[in-house]
Amino acid sequence: MTLRVRALETVLLEKGLIDPAVLDLIVEAYETRIGPRNGAKVVARAWLDPDFKRALLEDATAAVSSLGHVGEIGDHLIAVENLPTLHNMVVCTLCSCYPTDLLGLPPVWYKSAPYRSRVVRNARGVLAEFGVNLPPEMEIRVWDSTAETRFLVLPMRPAGTEGFDVDALASLVTRDSMIGTGLPKLPEVGP
Amino acid sequence: MNGVHDMGGMDGFGRIEPERDEPVFHAPWEGRVMAMMRAMGCVGGWNLDMFRNARESQPPSFYLTASYYKSWEKTLETLLLERGLVMEEEIVASRSFSGSTVAGQPLRAEDVSKALKRQSYERSTSAAALFKVGDGVRTRNIHLPTHTRLPRYARGRRGTIERVHGCHVFPDSSAVGAGDDPQWLYTVVFDGSELWGTDDDPSLKVSVEAFEPYLEAL
Repeated sequence: MTLRVRALETVLLEKGLIDPAVLDLIVEAYETRIGPRNGAKVVARAWLDPDFKRALLEDATAAVSSLGHVGEIGDHLIAVENLPTLHNMVVCTLCSCYPTDLLGLPPVWYKSAPYRSRVVRNARGVLAEFGVNLPPEMEIRVWDSTAETRFLVLPMRPAGTEGFDVDALASLVTRDSMIGTGLPKLPEVGP
Repeated sequence: MNGVHDMGGMDGFGRIEPERDEPVFHAPWEGRVMAMMRAMGCVGGWNLDMFRNARESQPPSFYLTASYYKSWEKTLETLLLERGLVMEEEIVASRSFSGSTVAGQPLRAEDVSKALKRQSYERSTSAAALFKVGDGVRTRNIHLPTHTRLPRYARGRRGTIERVHGCHVFPDSSAVGAGDDPQWLYTVVFDGSELWGTDDDPSLKVSVEAFEPYLEAL
């Protein structure tokens, strides 16, 4: 693939359709700036600040854009809240739609046939493969991203995190917990 | 189209295999493909729905076995070749035989952040929404030969309108060059048993984002 892709890039460059330095910037943006730490900051803020959480659930695009350090994000972001009685999961069965602004590019498994085919039908089986076992009475809600709306799961704040600041909380928020295939990490218990 | 990309509910694909400490790209060429797609999306003259349409039109055996970015690379070639922006012989020769046929300028460094930010697909409309939150609906049993965003598993099923998102670009039209054709967009939620029968998990609910032409009143 390397040679074919290099050839294509050369042709597009010679035609003046692309600037390789700009491609470098795009790759760098995804490798360094646009990733799940952005989403983790949003979740941590929502855990700490009830007003922000309300705003996030009301209009996630506007709420996240108001946080300067995450920056402006694209339209139609929707935050869905996990509750003691409800667990949310996100998929795109038709392709690979994903809240890229907040989580970066999706992992390979998210785009793969096993996840896309199974999660809308056997969500508990999928969760079990990720090591997540939920009580049988808990409702599981799968959001299939079939349009330009994008979903971010707002996981439940772990117990034992009273007094944590935003950075300490964000360090517990995993990418998978914002997709719904995982739960946040538990705080380390002192000696 | 009823392609293999529409895989919700299918069996036989095996276990999910998460990769520990997965890199953003597994090889440098993957990053170049992603970046070329982003950059060409600004000057190539196609839209997101045309891109998806081209990708899901790949032969099923290729779609199911190619890696994600290999499939993207092929999609990019298809979009370029279809529009006469590049010739196959040029890719093989690794050089351009003629100048660009595109009038626009390539994506510039100062516009990268803007290009990577998701754009809005909401459009204004004078039509009132047919449905409101709480309405019972049935998805239509539609089998378009062209691009559509109503998955097979959710066709002809009874659900409930849960959210109303406003009027959005309609992919079925946009993909075939018929303009934005804005349509109301809803979140429609289904009981798992409505989709999969009563033997499956009773605690499961699944929603799709459904455009108004996909829906009829119950």
